[in-house]
Amino acid sequence: MFETLSHFALQQYWWVIISLLGSTLVFLLFVQGGQTLIYSLGKTDIERRMLVNSLGRKWEFTFTTLVTFGGSLFAAFPLFYATSFGGAYWVWMLILFAFIIQAVSYEYRSKPNNFLGAKTYETFLFINGALGTILLGTAVATFFTGSEFLVNGMNFSHWKGAARGLELALNPHNLSLGFAVFFLARTLGILYFMNNIDDDNISSRAKKKLIYNAILFVIFFLTFVIWLLFIDGFAYHPETKEIFMQPNKYLHNFLQMPVVAILFIAGVLLVLLGIGKSIHKACSNGIWYAGPGTILTVFALFLVAGFNHTAFYPSTFDLQSSLTIENASSSKYTLTVMSYVSLMVPFVAAYIWYAWKSINNKKIDKEEMGEDIHVY
Amino acid sequence: MIENFDFALVNWSRAQFALTAMYHWLFVPLTLGITFIIAFMETIYVKTGDPVWKKATKFWMTLFGVNFAIGVATGLILEFEFGTNWSNYSWFVGDIFGAPLAIEGIMAFFLESTFIAVMFFGWNKVSKKFHLVSTWLVAIGANLSALWILVANGWMQHPIGMHFNPDTARNEMLNFWDVFLSPVAVNKFLHSITSGFVLASIFVIGVSAWFLLKGREQLMAKRSMIIAGVFGLLSSLFLIYTGDGSAYQVAQKQPMKLAAMEGLYEGSEGVGLILIGMPTPGKEYGDNKDDYVFKIEIPKLLSFLGYRDFNAFVPGVKDLVEGSYPITHENGEVSKAISATEKIEKGKLSIKALSEYKMAKENGNDSIKEQSLKVFRENFQYFGYGFLNDPKSIIPNIPLTFYSFHIMVVLGFYFVLLFVVVLFLIFKNKLETKKWLLRLAIFTIPLAYIASMSGWIVAEVGRQPWTIQDLLPTVAAVSNIDASAVQITFWLFAIIFTALLIAEIKIMTKQIKIGPKEGGH
Ligand code: HDD
Ligand code: HEM
Ligand code: HEM
Repeated sequence: MFETLSHFALQQYWWVIISLLGSTLVFLLFVQGGQTLIYSLGKTDIERRMLVNSLGRKWEFTFTTLVTFGGSLFAAFPLFYATSFGGAYWVWMLILFAFIIQAVSYEYRSKPNNFLGAKTYETFLFINGALGTILLGTAVATFFTGSEFLVNGMNFSHWKGAARGLELALNPHNLSLGFAVFFLARTLGILYFMNNIDDDNISSRAKKKLIYNAILFVIFFLTFVIWLLFIDGFAYHPETKEIFMQPNKYLHNFLQMPVVAILFIAGVLLVLLGIGKSIHKACSNGIWYAGPGTILTVFALFLVAGFNHTAFYPSTFDLQSSLTIENASSSKYTLTVMSYVSLMVPFVAAYIWYAWKSINNKKIDKEEMGEDIHVY
Repeated sequence: MIENFDFALVNWSRAQFALTAMYHWLFVPLTLGITFIIAFMETIYVKTGDPVWKKATKFWMTLFGVNFAIGVATGLILEFEFGTNWSNYSWFVGDIFGAPLAIEGIMAFFLESTFIAVMFFGWNKVSKKFHLVSTWLVAIGANLSALWILVANGWMQHPIGMHFNPDTARNEMLNFWDVFLSPVAVNKFLHSITSGFVLASIFVIGVSAWFLLKGREQLMAKRSMIIAGVFGLLSSLFLIYTGDGSAYQVAQKQPMKLAAMEGLYEGSEGVGLILIGMPTPGKEYGDNKDDYVFKIEIPKLLSFLGYRDFNAFVPGVKDLVEGSYPITHENGEVSKAISATEKIEKGKLSIKALSEYKMAKENGNDSIKEQSLKVFRENFQYFGYGFLNDPKSIIPNIPLTFYSFHIMVVLGFYFVLLFVVVLFLIFKNKLETKKWLLRLAIFTIPLAYIASMSGWIVAEVGRQPWTIQDLLPTVAAVSNIDASAVQITFWLFAIIFTALLIAEIKIMTKQIKIGPKEGGH
């Protein structure tokens, strides 16, 4: 059935999948956000233990989503994979280091004779939470701000930024999205704790923290979005494929794709609703609003970056080197094969949901930490 | 395409890839096998309700958890390293190579990580049946992870199912099934997972032997040994069978690797297989030293293993560099091989024709375009050789490949013997009295790791200088970065992975000393 689609349709289909994975990843960063709050929310050993265990049952999903996000980019848009990862070397390496140290920390933290000591593993979790979120946000912001690289006639790319990607972290717009993601992750982390842990002390501390994290998130996010609506964007000509700067490109994208605009606004409202409900009432299901809201918002941002003849990975060094979903993608055949594989995604989502529910039917409490099960 | 080669960069990048891949492979094989062993045990527990089996299940599961975490940590970097360090490669073959990696994520990693949560946290929350199913799904998921990455690796050893598209300047997939069902990939997958089964069986037997020596947990230890012994014996027989299959594929598709594995400089008909031997130190292609200091060989066996014919001609290093040895094609025709020098010339022709094609296309000169495309196609088979200058550069590191191969094979036969003896003594109920055997079993654990690491050294070092056999040498595959950047990340990885490895070993040995907890952990 995918054979009948045009190459361009398949490219769009794959950009949608990438966008879904990317937005799910941002939502799942609540694990990272939560990791930066272990000490401020947990004052006693047992409290911290509950927090760690609550996150410890979810971290794998964030991690696996990151891996699958990377793999799918490789398969669907290899020129982007080659250009960005090989170019912004240091940014990606830092992100990877931040995740490598996370992977062992849960399992090793509370095990006897663990060589580095529980404190070190907790520090690893904190580094992962802070660095991972800020840098991922920064990297995504380059979809709009661009980077300095050159793709030659053989499609081999050369990075021109001397700091191999670290220069990206000096751009205030990249940073504003980076910090927005960081505070969003913390906000979501708090909402997740309120939903997953049954403990009065933690809940009341969480509520206080929620307010200021949410405010900071909104400030950084608005800074980025308002700027985004008014800048010149990287557009390309549908026929000649030539890339040019178009005033208010991203605003136009929203206006020309009203569905995307609606998704975006709905997403933002859901996030605010989730936060608002949790601040005002004694309600613990804020995450069920803010989570899907995050997915919708980020999904819409990805679509704005890649759809409607927009270059999703712009080059500020050589405009014509900018990557679009058309010039960076895999062949039609590969995209077709991969599209069949993508049919598995709903099935995967379903069993994840089922498995989560079956072990998550009860909130974590102090008793459970002493029980005979696998505790971190 | 690539103007100047930076050899420091290539070497650091290779070192970094080798380091990170070897670290990953340190943890993967145990996962591949022990998940099945755990699933067997839990199945028996669910069938019989005997708490000793539950205790055993939970004990090995704890060790698995410790190993799994670091396996995941080391895998992450590999996934992205193709982009960060081999970015030219990533574009050149991403159309084919990227797909298995993505499928692995969607199909295998989620399966494994979802049901691992049920396996570890679900004991008191889900039904016994559902828990058992989850345990099996973890084992299947782990082995599916291996499937896709090995398909990818198999394709690098023997690229098929694709064609080169001069307009995008990269290889594009033509037939997914050719890639997936390539005999190289199939053999590689079966050989690698069974090597994981064998390693895990040896691990379980070794650790159980320690309990028997200490006089602790006798029942659990013996039962674990029975499971691991049977599983290990069957797997190790199959391992030898698939190892033979792998060697056959190497002979067909990568004759230079085969020559390196056997230290064979000069080919002939009816070549023997070296049982034990020592290649002359410092021997190089073109000098007059003897090939071996000493060797004990089984006559004509290499010819048979490589070509299923005791008198077949097996080319040596010299033949492969100089050409003019006979090649028998599938249709029975015989032709003479061309020399590496000629291959390099043809490769350069095809690279040049490609850029002429590009130029002509830009200038709209159709006749030059057609002409250069024709030259390009005619010589494409040797495209990768065009990046090389010295015919000798097609020779991999022979001593390393030779010793790795022979260590692996010798250990492979030794493991079969060990499994047989252990099983025999258990059934005779005499195992506890044989202290020497128990000690030997413990000592065999590191040997299993050595065998399995050696296998990868054969596979990866033996294919140098190719990243993609005959198409893309390592020099042309790297990212354009400073060698110093790669040098820094190399050391960062070396430090962090080593620290994590130490932590893993310390935790693991501590957990073994603590032993199974009553009712499990
Ligand atoms: C416990 C580990 C172990 C043991 C005992 C063996 N192998 Fe092995 N071997 C591996 C673990 C391994 C491996 C790590 O899994 C490799 C690396 C790449 C691969 O496909 O499997 C491998 C590769 C490998 C290759 C290279 C394949 C390639 O280059 O693509 C050959 C020819 C053999 N093996 C042959 C054998 C034979 C004839 C054995 C006889 C006993 C044997 N192996 C035992
Ligand atoms: C996990 C087990 C593996 C181990 C232990 C391993 C080992 C090695 C070693 C030792 C090298 C360096 C060879 C040299 O340059 O002298 C290497 C290189 C490399 N291997 Fe592997 N390898 C493994 C799996 C894989 C797999 C599954 C793939 C691909 C899917 C792969 C792809 C590569 C690449 C791209 C390089 C660098 C380029 C090159 O030097 O050829 N490796 N590996
Ligand atoms: C260069 C090639 C490789 C890449 C890019 C790679 C990538 C990865 C990644 C990203 C993970 C973590 C998955 C998660 O999030 O759960 C992982 C784990 C795993 N990989 Fe690899 N891998 C490579 C080589 C191999 C090989 C050669 C095998 C087996 C033959 C293998 C088998 C596994 C298994 C079983 C796991 C589960 C975790 C564990 O090790 O315990 N991988 N790999």
